[in-house]
Amino acid sequence: MTTWTMVWLILGCAVVTWLPRVIPFILVKAVTLPAFMMRFLTYIPVCILSALVFDSLYTKGVFMTSINWLNFAAFLPTLFVAIWTKSLSKTVIVGVLTMALLRYFFA
Amino acid sequence: MAESIHTEKTFLDGIKDCIPTLLGYISIGFAFGVVGIASHLSTFEIFLLSLLIYAGAAQFIFCGLFVAGTPVSAIILTTFIVNLRHFLMALSVAPSFKNESLARNIGFGTLLTDETYGVAMTKLAQGHTLSGRWMDGLNVTAYLSWIIASVFGAFVGKWIPNPENWGLDFALTAMFVALLILNLESTPKNKLMHYLSLILYMGIAMFVLMNFLPGHLAVLISTVLVALIGVLTEK
Repeated sequence: MTTWTMVWLILGCAVVTWLPRVIPFILVKAVTLPAFMMRFLTYIPVCILSALVFDSLYTKGVFMTSINWLNFAAFLPTLFVAIWTKSLSKTVIVGVLTMALLRYFFA
Repeated sequence: MAESIHTEKTFLDGIKDCIPTLLGYISIGFAFGVVGIASHLSTFEIFLLSLLIYAGAAQFIFCGLFVAGTPVSAIILTTFIVNLRHFLMALSVAPSFKNESLARNIGFGTLLTDETYGVAMTKLAQGHTLSGRWMDGLNVTAYLSWIIASVFGAFVGKWIPNPENWGLDFALTAMFVALLILNLESTPKNKLMHYLSLILYMGIAMFVLMNFLPGHLAVLISTVLVALIGVLTEK
């Protein structure tokens, strides 16, 4: 049974997810961004995508950040296939299969 | 890429350009449904989460926090921080749609995800202009696949105890790797070294920041820092 608390919780999360997605579209429509800002924004795609990759390659260690070796091991063939095939779907298939195999043998 | 750079892309083109990412949406959405059931959410709640939040990482974190009995306010705050990166993404793609109406812009923003953003920026980097119809086709296809896959995962979830064993969660990382490579491939050759050095800085920034910040905050801060370095060190 879905409680009202749950409904409000989901709605709350929906609003805080929606606002950061939509506000820039409204902002950019209203004002022209300065040239410096536009140059800054050209670096966002590569930076954010690599941040998301590093986020999965690292893990919080006991003393400091350390490498998530399982993810790192799956990352190498994934990267290779991405560079080699330049194909989203092939990269995803190889990534998932490699991870499934690694978990089967090592985890 | 035989077609002209200035060809107006249609809704159908958007659907077609979404297809390579569908495997990612479907496997992650499916895994989310399974994890949701394992976290004692109902199928209806899983449907609501995918329909209204529509953000993979945040939905998984939602499950984790919910199972741990985290207070409502803390779950909402965490969701906000996890998804704050969309602000940067939206800001960098929005100028392409300046000439579309406000309502349509709100539509583009509402359905913006890491992957549709990645696909759109790759198109831009390849020299295409983005059309509103194309973006709608891309967004709507991704959105519907996500909802259907997560509900399907919820139905099947009762019979799958350990979705992680399937490696489905890694689909997300694999997709980011592919989108990153596709983006790099389209950058001009004389700028490639600059971009590669920025990726190296990202690796260092993330490594340092993750010592004392949760991953999603480290993503946000190192992106802003390194993009700034990018502007200051460009020639």
